[in-house]
Amino acid sequence: MSLMNTLLQAADANALAGMYSKMGAALGAGLAAIGAGMGIGRIGGSAMESIARQPESVGDIRANMIVAAALIEGAVFFAIVVCLLILFI
Amino acid sequence: MKTEITDNQILNRDMAIIKKLILVVFCVFYSISSNANQGNHHDQSSNASIEEQESVEINGQKEQKHNENEAHKPSGKFAPGKMITEHIADAHDWHLWGEGDGAVSIPLPVITYTKSQGFNVFSSSQFHHGHASYLGFKLNEGGHIVWDNSEITEKIYDLSITKNVLAMFFAVLTLCMLVIGMARSYSNRKGKAPKGIHNLIEPLILFIRDDMAIPLIGKKADKFLPLLLSIFFFIFINNLFGLIPIFPGGANVTGNISITLVLALVVFITVNLNGNKYYWKHIFMPDVPVWMYIIIIPIEILGVVLKPFVLMLRLFANITAGHIIILGFFSLIFIFGAMDAKIGYMVSPLSVAFTVFMSMLELLVAFLQAFVFTLLTGVYIGMAVEEHHH
Repeated sequence: MSLMNTLLQAADANALAGMYSKMGAALGAGLAAIGAGMGIGRIGGSAMESIARQPESVGDIRANMIVAAALIEGAVFFAIVVCLLILFI
Repeated sequence: MKTEITDNQILNRDMAIIKKLILVVFCVFYSISSNANQGNHHDQSSNASIEEQESVEINGQKEQKHNENEAHKPSGKFAPGKMITEHIADAHDWHLWGEGDGAVSIPLPVITYTKSQGFNVFSSSQFHHGHASYLGFKLNEGGHIVWDNSEITEKIYDLSITKNVLAMFFAVLTLCMLVIGMARSYSNRKGKAPKGIHNLIEPLILFIRDDMAIPLIGKKADKFLPLLLSIFFFIFINNLFGLIPIFPGGANVTGNISITLVLALVVFITVNLNGNKYYWKHIFMPDVPVWMYIIIIPIEILGVVLKPFVLMLRLFANITAGHIIILGFFSLIFIFGAMDAKIGYMVSPLSVAFTVFMSMLELLVAFLQAFVFTLLTGVYIGMAVEEHHH
């Protein structure tokens, strides 16, 4: 309990934003990064396997992998933007 | 009698344009630096036309008060949040170099419209960086124009030429020079290979046409190809200009959510105006059992609005995040330097190395975001004009 209190008090530096919102924003951004890592990691992994199976299709697979990674990052950046909105607005 | 313009004449004309541009930029910098040691502040308010408003001034003010919004406070404490926000946000003047009293910036024209006063055009130097009010207007903390007397609630329509607008003009000018020059050189060099920078642009255009437009849109690809190419090159060139730290680059254009909003709006309008009846049928009467309509139809309607919205957010967040990261690495130098100057110097090579690496990544992101935006636009247009086949 006292650890939680300490954390919340540390986040209380700027009374305008409130205690919980800052911590919530930080946690949200961290979780979004985890989501990005997991999603893009899966894409990268299956891309590696397909390249190992069929080395001559490297070019096609690389292009599609990058496109899929950019699309996943779009969803993650949505979460990041929401966290930034909490912090700054 | 042949009236074709020869290759040499085009080259001479392009070189003449480039020389004139370089001369203009050089004159601007020369006049800034020659005025640098004067502490005078020239008043330049006029209702002249918009093109004449761009005057170059120095803010060497001898006032005692300092701008509280500056990153380098008088006490020497460095506020990284303020510095990053200054570089990311739009502004009514283009700050070139210097801090505090020695700051050198180009004040840009402010154009406002209110019902009571009509149009007002004046230089933003009248605001003296938020310290003075002019014609009843003043700059608030966020750099926006508000009424000086806070009891007035009338709406101010701010149509100013701000930093982002000017940066967009530069990018559009570059784009027009590149592409129109390219079209002309192609029609004059029939059957010959392109030369110079056209060698770089041709594969991009062919890539968008052959690997994006035709596979995705099909027969009507030629109708939408100008839109796709415009979107791609506009976003790409604005992203690249945002990475250049020197004037005329360095304005965070595509990281401004209003600009990406307009791009997404263009896509939204195009897709929905060109949707044929199969497109609307898929939204309102999809091929599913009737009891699922209650679930599917709200999702589909939401999807119509959500897809361009996500386009907007993806571009904005990617570019802004990249700029914030680079600025954050530079702030490290000043944060450590505020503790002890020697630590600041030692952190500098590390910080610069990280920034170079991030800039390489940002180059990739600049191209990739333009590519993904165009690809998704092509996908949505393709879905809208798709013919029905079982």
